[in-house]
Amino acid sequence: MSAFLTILGRDLRLAGRTGGDALTLVLFFVMAGAIMPFAIGPDRVLLQQLAPGIIWLAAFLSMLLGLDRLFRADEDDGTLLLFRHAGLPLEAIVFAKLVAHWLLTALPLLIASPLLAVLLSMDTPIWGRTALALLIGTPALTAFGTIGAAVTVSLRRGGLLAPVLILPLSIPVLIFGAASVGAPEGSSAAILFLAAISLVSVAFCPFAAALALRVGSE
Amino acid sequence: MTEPNALLSVENLALSRGGRALFANIGFTLGAGGLLLLRGPNGAGKSSLLLTLAGVLRAEAGRIDWHAEEPPKLHIVGHQSGVKTRLTLAENLSFWRAVNGPSGVSPEAALDIVGLGAIGGLDAGYLSAGQTKRLALARLLVTDRPIWLLDEPSASLDAAGDALIARLIADRLASGGAVIAATHDDIPGATETLMLGTPK
Repeated sequence: MSAFLTILGRDLRLAGRTGGDALTLVLFFVMAGAIMPFAIGPDRVLLQQLAPGIIWLAAFLSMLLGLDRLFRADEDDGTLLLFRHAGLPLEAIVFAKLVAHWLLTALPLLIASPLLAVLLSMDTPIWGRTALALLIGTPALTAFGTIGAAVTVSLRRGGLLAPVLILPLSIPVLIFGAASVGAPEGSSAAILFLAAISLVSVAFCPFAAALALRVGSE
Repeated sequence: MTEPNALLSVENLALSRGGRALFANIGFTLGAGGLLLLRGPNGAGKSSLLLTLAGVLRAEAGRIDWHAEEPPKLHIVGHQSGVKTRLTLAENLSFWRAVNGPSGVSPEAALDIVGLGAIGGLDAGYLSAGQTKRLALARLLVTDRPIWLLDEPSASLDAAGDALIARLIADRLASGGAVIAATHDDIPGATETLMLGTPK
């Protein structure tokens, strides 16, 4: 357990020292959402209707943006090779990195989402439900992203491939994420389904990603 | 054939990379206290053989038998150092110590041994190539593992660094470990030398 926390802590500490990355993602998130009114037009009612979907899309896109960093640095400096013979299984290491990646890429977006809500003139209750859906749904996005990053890390120029790989996988998350915001009062089916997708994908991801890392290094 | 205290037996090992046969019919036995030197020209497959032994590459044919345990407890030092440039030297070592389990040697003591004791608080990114190599070697000391796989350990090291490697390896062998090193230099105490041929 302490080894697990050490890896998690190291990733957070490295991100803190390298700095800027989390902030860049948040800026991208806010800007991607904020340019939507320019494309759709300044129709306040329409914007309010679209706002949850816009926030979901912006969050999804900015999480894709950060994917390549997940294993790239460890691959480049040889740490990934050493992880193969670490004191804990590669699956546990991948899980630690998944948790760290969620904390570094998804959590900042959640924290920044009120800003985007104001820019898109969202009502507070709607924002609350969107944020809840993001909180529950983003672990699944991170899990799919981890698999994509693991598959493409052995490709030198795999940076763009991972998003393309995981985009189709992520469609259910978007569907149920957006549905849970628009669901009628008292209906919790969509959010429960979103939670199920997240739990299942996070549980399976470490095994799939570790397998991909093992095969990829051959 | 098999010695009673053998740590590793390899029989008829063959490997090809990218459709090209690198080597075939490699066989050796390594016991406790054994130092195997892998020699051969560039491209002969020294690094690939080490990676195969480490279980990273899959052998085309043959058998690798780690008698003691599977998967084996081993350290590998490759061309890439595994050093995080934004962590200090001591943090780098503490990280691996926490992940792989501590030996009796503290990160500070390990840094002293490899001659980096005075700059333990420095970011590893400021190190020269030789110092980075020394830091990578210090990682072997903070976690106790019997088998070391070293890929050109003396690359970019000075004369004192060569002596350091010889000393580290001798210590490891004396405590019942085994070392396999791919090298172009002479490392004293070799019990066996494996010559890998020129690539075809």
